[in-house]
Amino acid sequence: MRFLAGSRKTVWEGHGISVLVCPRSLAVTSLLLLLVVCLGAASLGVGAMGFGPDLLLELANQPPGSMVHRVFFDIRLPRTLTAILVGAALGASGLIFQSISRNALGSPDIIGFTTGAATGAIVQIVLFSPSALGVAVAAIVGGLVTALVVYGLSVRDGSVAGYRLILVGIGIGAILSAVNGLLLVKGDLDNAVVANLWLAGSLDARNWGHVIPVGLGCLVLMPVLVLLASRLQLMEMGDDTARQLGVRVEAVRLTMVLCAVALAGLATGAAGPVAFIALAAPQLVVRLLPSGRLPVIGAAAMGALLMVVTDLLSRLFPLEVMLPIGRMTGVIGGIYLIWLLGRVRGI
Amino acid sequence: MNQESEWPLLSGKSLTLSYGARPIVQDLSVSIPEGKLTVVIGPNACGKSTLLRALSRLLSPEHGQVLMQGRDVSQYSARAFARLLGMLPQSSRAPAGICVADLVARGRFPHQSLFRQWREEDDRAVAEAMVATGVSGLADAVVDELSGGQRQRVWLAMLLAQQTPVMLLDEPTTWLDIAHQLEVLELCRRLNRNEGRTLVVVLHDLNQAARYADHLIVMKAGRIVGSGSPEFVMTEALVEDVFHIRSRILSDPVTGRPWILPLASTGHMED
Ligand SMILES: Nc1ncnc2c1ncn2[C@@H]1O[C@H](COP(=O)(O)OP(=O)(O)O)[C@@H](O)[C@H]1O
Ligand SMILES: [Mg+2]
Repeated sequence: MRFLAGSRKTVWEGHGISVLVCPRSLAVTSLLLLLVVCLGAASLGVGAMGFGPDLLLELANQPPGSMVHRVFFDIRLPRTLTAILVGAALGASGLIFQSISRNALGSPDIIGFTTGAATGAIVQIVLFSPSALGVAVAAIVGGLVTALVVYGLSVRDGSVAGYRLILVGIGIGAILSAVNGLLLVKGDLDNAVVANLWLAGSLDARNWGHVIPVGLGCLVLMPVLVLLASRLQLMEMGDDTARQLGVRVEAVRLTMVLCAVALAGLATGAAGPVAFIALAAPQLVVRLLPSGRLPVIGAAAMGALLMVVTDLLSRLFPLEVMLPIGRMTGVIGGIYLIWLLGRVRGI
Repeated sequence: MNQESEWPLLSGKSLTLSYGARPIVQDLSVSIPEGKLTVVIGPNACGKSTLLRALSRLLSPEHGQVLMQGRDVSQYSARAFARLLGMLPQSSRAPAGICVADLVARGRFPHQSLFRQWREEDDRAVAEAMVATGVSGLADAVVDELSGGQRQRVWLAMLLAQQTPVMLLDEPTTWLDIAHQLEVLELCRRLNRNEGRTLVVVLHDLNQAARYADHLIVMKAGRIVGSGSPEFVMTEALVEDVFHIRSRILSDPVTGRPWILPLASTGHMED
């Protein structure tokens, strides 16, 4: 192990292998992951049926199929896992989009991709059936189609300018949310009610059908993002500079966009359009880390943490009218970000 | 007035280069001699950067091909090519908050792989590049907060850390004061003379071009109107035709190279 002069990294060497590590990134990311695990575990104990700290004991003592088991495995666990996975997917997706558009506002919830995913999901719920898998697929398709349209309209002379992408995205997003409203009027009343509830973003009544698609998505897509992050990082210096360093700029960008859209779509399919996580998580995490890095895992962990904390708060302090998670994240994420911006100069 | 002597390391054959529909360069052929310092001059917007981008395969030609060591550049893998040829684009963006050492270290990208992320030789390359460009003292400084000249030297250090036998520099002296301009030009000459690297440098100053070039390429409106040794290429007629100034060409008493004494503008700069 050797410390690099001038740089904030350490090299681990051995067996012809050398790996670059940034101790600070490692520490921050581990801490975030630890918090996700602890608070996630805590949120398993919260609900109408009060499990104490001896939850594990009770689970061990009761036979499978008992009330405790069903509440734990069919309600609590899927809910917590959905929160974690949705937060992770949104955090990572937001990081990628913000890097590609070189703008904090370039995140999928601002530029219409999650609204597009919601449109896909609502079409599925209202016109077909509200099955979780169908909704997940429809949300990805909706997100991808929206991404294609937004990209198509933002391209000028073969390249996409960040601000243009954002303006086009906001426009398309506005149109799509009107479409979403109109779709609710169509279809039968029951489905419209389901769709309306879903549109607010909710973690209530999540089951394994919600967990599995977004879980598989994270499992497959996150490693791709992690592997390509160093290239995307080089692309922040400009396409020419990255290309002359040997980065296949177009291929990397296309892969990253597809993965990030799929993650945002899967997250939206699982919990509805959740505000602010994709915008806030990457911004929060890069302020905790040394500059110039693209912390995929860090952003995912921060997103998961924000979701879990929000879910926990909304359940510990039930308001008179319970705010759905999608709105709650907006409130908490927004307050935190404004507090942080107030503390950091130069933004 | 072409004079081709050396075996070309890098060459363009009947290149047509365009952005969108508008061709900037049409049917241009060029060769870059191996082991020489080539300087490209020409008025603004004549296509110097466009030519450099094509030679470094940042821009694919509409027609024609670019050959490196006799092989079409598109046949090289992106990384293999990045280990042969490095390019300093006219502008790059420093990521917010990045420190100098980290930015220079990025020049090692084409030499790294998933399991070989950093070795002693990477350390050495980065340290040497920072010494050569005089930015060692700035290792921990934040790039955004440097002066334009310091920043330019940091970008140059990143390129040096890439350790390529061929280097293309697009206006490396812009933004620099005269002392640093000469420092960069001396560095280019050292890289060429001591390490045998092939350099192609776009410059604005005619006298600097004449002094440092082994091989001079003069461009006008997307065409090459002169190439060869500066003594051969730099004539009063060419300077008037290309840069629209009347001048006298003297002999530099120190180096014996052509020394351009501008007399007056002949006006009417047309594109
Ligand atoms: N990315 C681009 N898109 C469209 N036109 C461009 C682009 N880059 C350069 N051009 C045009 O190509 C011409 C040549 O530009 P350039 O090669 O940069 O000239 P030079 O480097 O000699 O000043 C100019 O007219 C310029 O406007
Ligand atoms: Mg130029």
